[in-house]
Amino acid sequence: MKMSGAEILIECLKKEGVKHVFGYPGGVVLNIFDVLYDEKQLKLILTRHEQGAVHAADGYARVSGKVGVAIVTSGPGATNTVTGLATASMDSIPIVVFTGQVPTMLIGNDAFQEADIVGITRPCTKHNFLVKDVKDLAVTVREAFHIASTGRPGPVLVDLPKDVTAGTGEFIWPKEVHIKGYNPKYEGNKWQMKQAANEIIKAKRPVIMAGGGVILSDASKELKELAELTKIPVTMTLMGLGGFPGTNRLSMGMLGMHGTYCANMAVQNSDLIVGIGVRFDDRVTGRTKDFAPGAKIVQIDIDPTSIKKTIRVDVPVVGDVKHVLKGMIKELKESKEQWSAVRNAWLKQVDAWQKERPLDYEHDPKVIKPQFVVEKIYELTKGDAVICTEVGQNQMWAAQFYKYDKPRKWLSSGGLGTMGYGFPAAIGAQMAMPDATVFDIAGDGSIQMNIQELATAVINKLPIKVAILNNRFLGMVRQWQELFFKERYSHTDLDVVPDFVKVAEAYGAVGLRAETTAEVVPVIKEALKIKNKPVFMDFVVDWKEKVYPMVPAGAAIDEMIFGEKKEKKKKFDSSEIKIA
Amino acid sequence: MKHTISVLVENKFGVLARVAGLFSGRGFNIESLSVGETIDPNISSMTIITRGDDLIIEQITKQLNKLVDVIKVSDLMEVEHVEREMVLVKVSPRREDRIEVLKIAEIFRGRIIDSGHSTFTIETTGDEGKISAFIELIKPFGIKEFVRTGKVAIAREGVKKP
Repeated sequence: MKMSGAEILIECLKKEGVKHVFGYPGGVVLNIFDVLYDEKQLKLILTRHEQGAVHAADGYARVSGKVGVAIVTSGPGATNTVTGLATASMDSIPIVVFTGQVPTMLIGNDAFQEADIVGITRPCTKHNFLVKDVKDLAVTVREAFHIASTGRPGPVLVDLPKDVTAGTGEFIWPKEVHIKGYNPKYEGNKWQMKQAANEIIKAKRPVIMAGGGVILSDASKELKELAELTKIPVTMTLMGLGGFPGTNRLSMGMLGMHGTYCANMAVQNSDLIVGIGVRFDDRVTGRTKDFAPGAKIVQIDIDPTSIKKTIRVDVPVVGDVKHVLKGMIKELKESKEQWSAVRNAWLKQVDAWQKERPLDYEHDPKVIKPQFVVEKIYELTKGDAVICTEVGQNQMWAAQFYKYDKPRKWLSSGGLGTMGYGFPAAIGAQMAMPDATVFDIAGDGSIQMNIQELATAVINKLPIKVAILNNRFLGMVRQWQELFFKERYSHTDLDVVPDFVKVAEAYGAVGLRAETTAEVVPVIKEALKIKNKPVFMDFVVDWKEKVYPMVPAGAAIDEMIFGEKKEKKKKFDSSEIKIA
Repeated sequence: MKHTISVLVENKFGVLARVAGLFSGRGFNIESLSVGETIDPNISSMTIITRGDDLIIEQITKQLNKLVDVIKVSDLMEVEHVEREMVLVKVSPRREDRIEVLKIAEIFRGRIIDSGHSTFTIETTGDEGKISAFIELIKPFGIKEFVRTGKVAIAREGVKKP
């Protein structure tokens, strides 16, 4: 059937099962937006900035597991997507971004609103395309969705010159995709899986380190089965939170720079690390040469480039986490190991570390402690909310003091560390899950980076709860200045912070404020009652509060610093453990 | 250590930029790169000479494999292979040296492809050893211009690396 390029694009999106698209119009995408005007099955959510559209698509993808989609115009519209693409790329999130482009005959002429977006985004996408002919459009869209959602997922950009969307062509939906150079490997190698299982059987002090790959491959069930079968304590990276229940007896919480004492000590004193869907980035390993010095390392990842990129690996297993874990569980079930007896001493030691230094802060009945706010959000939502975060202290406290029991409920920019991510991501999450309680735990700095999206949330009646931990500072940078730069607070004092209650009200949202500890719970309760519009909760918190424990940059992860109550840590001696 | 990596890629615009970007973005160095169409006009082949320890070379080949437009990557260091490079040298010897230059060219099976009043342009092909020996010998006579193609390499059939 003959159709315009714009109509073909929308038909393709429907064939891919897309229900919501985030976007922003402009000159060269007018044809697409004109088709959307009458479209019933597919809804475009107009954001107030293209960066917001991409983060929203990203948030949508993280909670739903489906591909998130954004459509924006050329030039500045396209360049505004770069941060969103880089964010999704670092965290392996499947999104497809369509950018308008000047007509093919004008490409390269420095035409109005022209940018070489394919060139610009080459290093921050999984792949990108420029469609030069309307006859290639349907195939390209099909390939874009396929590449974004398979293997190690990631963002794909499709650049659409105006004459391609305005032109007409035959709509033929390709039945299948075949890309010569792209064949992700899902099944793990049998021999490698057996080796990995053998390492688990041999290990006396094993630790499972679970990352975002567990969530991306929907392998939480398998991870839980493996951990509970073999009685191995589990720590999660920031991206892995929710991949294993945070309230499970075997959970040690997050590891790394702001990880728990228990997780970092267990990793450093382990004799086996089973890395599952993790890429051992610097925030997790600390000084790499002293990372888990006595441990053998098994690494399971679908992306071969993640293996041995930063640290030595003894047993690599390339494959999809879910497939590989299933294979390993089968292997391990056949062993006659008495797991409980074997692990008893090691788990006791882990418990001891947990009791020795749990995550902690000094409660103050007068001044609001930011950790207290997060704890109360956890209690009042019964741990069942979708939590988005910005980046910095707010992100770390949200990671530490909320326990994530289920996957796809924790949305945070882990790799790129994008301030301004959380709020638009919350919009995407709420669009995907209208009935969920969605929070954005924010700082007063980062919320201002995409605050314009309040309009998007208001007009779509999204009851997102934004908890601003307002310390009038760029807190995490300030913390580094306090600890490592002699308290020289260069440009981290925000000085003028807007009245967030009034900002919210100006947009037609609800604004609430808590200035004392006693006001925290009533404010959260009030916010939870609001069902048809976003709410800003301005928590005026103690500006001096810091995130602890902390591993200074370049240190090993057992070289943690703690709050004011400094104590000498006991050196762990593995010979103390009596293995039955 | 120096490695010769042979890469088959889709013959599409932007592919060279993807490969080059992969090297520059990760701080790997390209010593030489040559690209050309294969028998199948949809596929091009690249020969890349790069340097690095085993871990770096492993990353390079994995990263190349990860590019969607890359069809096949082979590290030729793992197999017996032959490498060739072509150079064009424009020499301007003194009148009394002209015969000697021609002799050197002959020894290296070079061909004179252009000759002027005061210059010769010599074409020669060979592996790294031959090319550098040739250049060493010709240098004293005054090289005016010098271009090289970059290496191309191919695995040998039926020969196992000892």
